[in-house]
Amino acid sequence: MSSEPLLSVQNISKKFGGVLALSGVSLDIFRGDIVGIIGPNGSGKTTLVNAITGFITADSGKVYYQGNDITNWEPHKIAAQGLTRTFQVMRPYFSLPAYKNLIVPLFSPRARRTGGWRGGGKMGSRDTVAVDILEEIGFERDSYVPFKVASSLPTGYLKRLELARCLALRPEVIICDEVFSGLSMSEMATMVPLMEKLQMEGITLIMVEHRLRELFRLAGRVVVLNFGCKIAEGTSDEVMEYPEVKEAYFGSEEVFDYV
Amino acid sequence: MSGPKGDRRKERLDRGIKVRSDGVYAISSWQEITYLIAPRLLLILGLALAPLLLSAFPYWQRVVSIICVYALLAMGFDFLANYVGLVSLGGGFYVGVGAYATALLNTKFGLPPFVTIPLATMLGAMICTVLFLPCLPLRGVYFAIVSLMYPLLAARIIEALDIFGGTDGVLGVDGFANMWVDQYLLVLSVLVLVFVLRRLVEEDIGLVFRGVKDNDQAVKASGININHYKALGVFIASALGCLGGACLTHMYMWAGLSQFALDFSIIPIAATVVGGGGTLIGPVIGCLILVPISEILRDFGSLRIAVYSIILTGFIVFKSEGIMIYAARKYEQFERWVEI
Repeated sequence: MSSEPLLSVQNISKKFGGVLALSGVSLDIFRGDIVGIIGPNGSGKTTLVNAITGFITADSGKVYYQGNDITNWEPHKIAAQGLTRTFQVMRPYFSLPAYKNLIVPLFSPRARRTGGWRGGGKMGSRDTVAVDILEEIGFERDSYVPFKVASSLPTGYLKRLELARCLALRPEVIICDEVFSGLSMSEMATMVPLMEKLQMEGITLIMVEHRLRELFRLAGRVVVLNFGCKIAEGTSDEVMEYPEVKEAYFGSEEVFDYV
Repeated sequence: MSGPKGDRRKERLDRGIKVRSDGVYAISSWQEITYLIAPRLLLILGLALAPLLLSAFPYWQRVVSIICVYALLAMGFDFLANYVGLVSLGGGFYVGVGAYATALLNTKFGLPPFVTIPLATMLGAMICTVLFLPCLPLRGVYFAIVSLMYPLLAARIIEALDIFGGTDGVLGVDGFANMWVDQYLLVLSVLVLVFVLRRLVEEDIGLVFRGVKDNDQAVKASGININHYKALGVFIASALGCLGGACLTHMYMWAGLSQFALDFSIIPIAATVVGGGGTLIGPVIGCLILVPISEILRDFGSLRIAVYSIILTGFIVFKSEGIMIYAARKYEQFERWVEI
């Protein structure tokens, strides 16, 4: 592992009116990591993701990616660098079939550059790549699922579709905003190995999660946020020993047998 | 069997021939080919023969040209609203810019109509796109309001500064060699462009446009600059409008403030509602219905707008899906009552 972090967030702050959503959060992500970001509701997890990916402008602080200062770049430029994200609320292009949803990212300048397939402009070729990506992410090729209209797909597939949209860009980093929430136990059971597979392929994953059990199986390092501040960082066992973390999750009681 | 006895539900099923001819590109039976081609041929022949059939009535021949101008605008509106997500009321602006561009090119540089029309279409569309650039981040009703301001603003600026002939307009523009030329120029433009646009929205780039409409956040997160695509969408729609305006100018041999009229902004919307939005052919059908009605109603004098409004309201209340969507459903599906 190189000593230079792939993604480095330094002292980032964001205010919404009088509410301090993020106050001086710093974070280093190294290539190949799976890093979890956890915290109670309203602790600033999604705001942090939005600030990194340019969907909101940070008031102060810096974001460095591959050594470049990408603070407050436009979202599409950041995505074009290979720093992609999923959304917590999945809104696919509902009127299009699932595989057609992937044509949009495959049409982007980055995908055209990194696509690695020939005849990128020829008719049909993007469709084939789209179905391949969907198969990789867990859509059954021989069924009609990839060809169903996105509005008729269940949550599990929509979450996968979000991930597939990132994968179509051949990303370096995927920031997953709550991929496990809203899934059934069996859907989650297939999602965990999928994330492991993505890591094996060399993709760095940042996972914002509420499902701690699944997250702790995956993440080597966990960052805990509360009221916009980083209150703990370390392995899953380490962070759960912090008194601040226990207090944030359970009040000041000592009971902790969730994990 | 559940539910009370005698309850019935309407069931819609695709016709067999529709299923058989869906997505098949090999030559199949005559029946299926006819099934696919018949509705398209109806539109093509209907529009292409209209000037010929009406050759005894020069007034109504002129109406066909007007219908085509409105159809171009309505297609542009439908494309922008239902495929790019920008509700544009700037139809009058597109027509006006195209009209003044072609008139000035013709009178100042002496270029013939067959040079000025394509030139004015491209040049006018570029001007419109550049002027609309600051508004592109706006969405929904905000974009609609701002785009409505453009034609009003342009007309007032020309009036106040007395440029381009002021309130008199640009006079002495060359006409077409004869009436058939402008008739068929417009009819062919509409027919070609409607099918070009329908193909475009199914292509990969069209899917990006639709993505911008459905969820611009996801398009941004896919590494695509949505403003580029919105600008391209405005360029396409305004090119359609400018083409209409340019033809109109050579038809009237005059470009004036009335080409920034709000009619050009409003009637395309009404046509899209009546014809069925999101089909691109629907707006053309809407224009084929609304513009002649508007001409017939001239006899009613000032009651014209009232009758027109009643017809429009009737359509919106009773057939809000639009003629094209309704007809396509009847053509592709049959209905039956089933007991539940």
